[in-house]
Amino acid sequence: MLDTIGAPDQEALWEAIPPEFRVRGPLPVDPPLAEYEIARRFARWAEENADAQHYACFLGAGIYDHFIPAALRSLISRSEFATAYTPYQPEVSQGTLQTIFEYQSMICELTGMEVANASMYDGATACAEAAHLAIGATGRRVLLVSSGVHPHYREVIRTYAAAGSFEVREVPLARGVTTPAALQRALSPDAAAFLWAQPNFEGIVEDGAALTKAAQAAGAYSIASADPVALAVLKPPGEDGADVVVGEGQPLGVPMGYGGPLVGFFSIRKKDVRRLPGRLVGVTADLEGRRGYVLTLQTREQHIRRERATSNICTNQGLMALANTIHMALLGAQGLREAALQSMEKAHYLAARASQVPGVTLAHGEAPYFREFVLRLPGPATEFLKAAEKRRILAGVPLERFDRARTKELLVAATEKRTREEMDRYVEALTEWTRRGTRVTVQEAAWQS
Amino acid sequence: MAELTLRERSVKGHRGPRLQPLDVPAEGAERFLPRERLRGEAPGLPEISEPAVVRHFVNLSVLNHHIDKAIYPLGSCTMKYNPKLNDEMAQLPGLQALHPFQSEDLSQGALAVIGELHEWLKAIMGMPAITTQPAAGAQCELTAILMARAYHQTRGNPREEVIVPDSAHGTNPSTVNQVGYRAVTVPSGPDGCVDLKALREEVSDKTAALMLTNPNTLGIFERQVGEIARIVHDAGALLYLDGANLNALVGLASPGAMGFDFAHINLHKTFSTPHGGGGPGGGVLCVREELAPFLPTPVLERTGERYSWNYDRPRSIGRVHSYYGNFGMLVRALCYVKSLGASGLAEVSREAILNANYLKARLREAYTPSHEGYCMHEFVLSASKQKARGVRALDIAKRILDFGMHAPTTYFPLIVDEALMVEPTETETKAGLDAYADVLLTIDRETKKDPERVKEAPTQTPVRRLDEARAARKLVLTWRDLEAEGAGA
Repeated sequence: MLDTIGAPDQEALWEAIPPEFRVRGPLPVDPPLAEYEIARRFARWAEENADAQHYACFLGAGIYDHFIPAALRSLISRSEFATAYTPYQPEVSQGTLQTIFEYQSMICELTGMEVANASMYDGATACAEAAHLAIGATGRRVLLVSSGVHPHYREVIRTYAAAGSFEVREVPLARGVTTPAALQRALSPDAAAFLWAQPNFEGIVEDGAALTKAAQAAGAYSIASADPVALAVLKPPGEDGADVVVGEGQPLGVPMGYGGPLVGFFSIRKKDVRRLPGRLVGVTADLEGRRGYVLTLQTREQHIRRERATSNICTNQGLMALANTIHMALLGAQGLREAALQSMEKAHYLAARASQVPGVTLAHGEAPYFREFVLRLPGPATEFLKAAEKRRILAGVPLERFDRARTKELLVAATEKRTREEMDRYVEALTEWTRRGTRVTVQEAAWQS
Repeated sequence: MAELTLRERSVKGHRGPRLQPLDVPAEGAERFLPRERLRGEAPGLPEISEPAVVRHFVNLSVLNHHIDKAIYPLGSCTMKYNPKLNDEMAQLPGLQALHPFQSEDLSQGALAVIGELHEWLKAIMGMPAITTQPAAGAQCELTAILMARAYHQTRGNPREEVIVPDSAHGTNPSTVNQVGYRAVTVPSGPDGCVDLKALREEVSDKTAALMLTNPNTLGIFERQVGEIARIVHDAGALLYLDGANLNALVGLASPGAMGFDFAHINLHKTFSTPHGGGGPGGGVLCVREELAPFLPTPVLERTGERYSWNYDRPRSIGRVHSYYGNFGMLVRALCYVKSLGASGLAEVSREAILNANYLKARLREAYTPSHEGYCMHEFVLSASKQKARGVRALDIAKRILDFGMHAPTTYFPLIVDEALMVEPTETETKAGLDAYADVLLTIDRETKKDPERVKEAPTQTPVRRLDEARAARKLVLTWRDLEAEGAGA
């Protein structure tokens, strides 16, 4: 090879790299390992974690332990999907392109919107990019965000806003709900959009129609961040009149994966299609008139528009969007609806029994919720979590993580995968823990305070 | 016959996998929610049996070109082989069925994976601080430029501009714009490298940063990088390495030594995580110590044998991802580096560079290299000679597809006429490179003898050339659009 190149030796090929920038000798890292040795190391790491196969997982807060069909795992593992890249040559990428088209179609069916893109990184960045869209469309600079939006999403939005392109103001919750009255108070002539969540972070189903009406009456966009499984049962924000519906696609066939890779979905009205971030697939025909698919409206994108692009997103979450597509195809309308209904039934079963344990209440009382609710405990939630872990139960997400004052509150989720036995065990653990708590007078005193 | 859509395959009443019957008393949605919050009718998803779904997606899948089938030399995309072990490790239930909010005590294995990967990547980059929170390279850029803004802000002036060479990827200027800076373009000189004279004229106390791809998108190492760093730093600005082309440097050169303040890594390029038809990627951002306080929250810390996330970081730019980044990609990347080890890592770039130079040498007569001399891991050819015969780079790219191989990146970088940007990676053998070269030489001969054949290509692919103008003119973006179009026709 060197003869063909005309190089005296291999070193000559990188003569352009000045010696002071070269790595001298081998890197200070370990020697190579054989496959079976690597497998042994990773198996050890895997054993150090509590996974949802060995623990009953009642954690939610944006990531849910829903059923994932075996056929889905098999299909997304195929080299043809996994080892292809962005379909730059459509003639040899029709598989990827058609699956994106089907994804766009099904996201629109779920959200009640007209156009969806090929995916975003996750729910949080989808929200931030939706804010950008609304700011561009309205020419205004303030984003109102309900405190019912995932706290991490709000953090990401603030990060994106730090560049000075927009300002973020929060609309507080009242007993777990975003009220049109609170929104009215926050709305101002410079409000580009109002971002709300359906259901919200504390599990409550919002009155999307009223919120949307209030926002739009003030000339602001209504942006919903929705849970896609919930949308099989709830009225979709598109029917509420929302201008943009985004969200986290993980509940549709993507493993929890310690929080990644995830996939954001992004859907809009046709009027805003030229402001859409990310990739978009459209139908066309080939030279012989056969139906085919291509990336379209690429003039919005960074590789053509450079500094005038609608977003800098390039690689998105293609394989996870494919997982969503296959999941929706396998479960179909009925299956997805059943998964959603079962999750709702089970969450209510658990909530009803947990809130009968002395000292335990539902933090938001009668407010309607979907598959997640906030339990208020008689003592520190993190202590109950530890007690439950001993029974192989991951009992919830302590809200103290997000608000230091909320030490006794636990966000609890149920999916169709949770069994009656697991939920009864949960209530047993809770009952025992509260009893033990009341016997220990020192702790009791602490709990009273 | 094109593959039907799922909607077209739907048969009323057909079902895929079933759920376990509900084991708690059924109360009904109306008991829990007001009627007006409920969906009137079920979403318009298809009704298809599992075997039919599997056939649908398998039949679609085989329409794709992919790296497990044949060479995929897209320049700057680093389409290298993705070892199967990586996927197997990432799919272990103990590394996949994990919730991001389970306690740190019950996640020590996951945190150790991230922690160990950080150590490997810091060693490879020669840089002391790191985050793996960004989801992809473009998000690393965004993170870094936000950090640059925060850094300058704490010094009293956020500054106004970011300098981007004219050979840069489009993500660079669009990132700059998204962060509220003005993108200032500096031209490349005749040698394909940043024109230092022009750079000196542009750099000022308004400059927040320079974003440099090294080697650049022409596949040329910016040998003046030391001087570029001095110019940038003397103005109080920061130097960013766009790591799209890191596959030329692994084990060979140290971005830290070159004076970069930020350097990003695309795990899906250099570290072999699958491209997935357009993601998920994996973004890594390495920074110099002084910039560490601005890294996204949380950062991973180690005390003795225990790992934990640190959220108490007052100067951080905040969060850029819902949780901790694309963890599944981190597992794969760690598996890759541990498989290679120190000796294997030293070979990655050396082999990639050798392969690129060999392929370039075989093609340099028939096509016009953008620059003479050795290249790094990729090179750019101009199809200017072929254009004179009425055949464009696009036609050549399409003709390559007829041979069961993938085209190079076309029409990029923008500064080369009729550009074909070729990155074979270390995956290819000499035989594979020869086969690719032979195809390109055959096509060159065709442009002389039978140019129409090239212009009509492809003819051997599942579909022939597609009418992109029509797709943009009449937007058909969903099943509903497709049905409306059918009804109107």
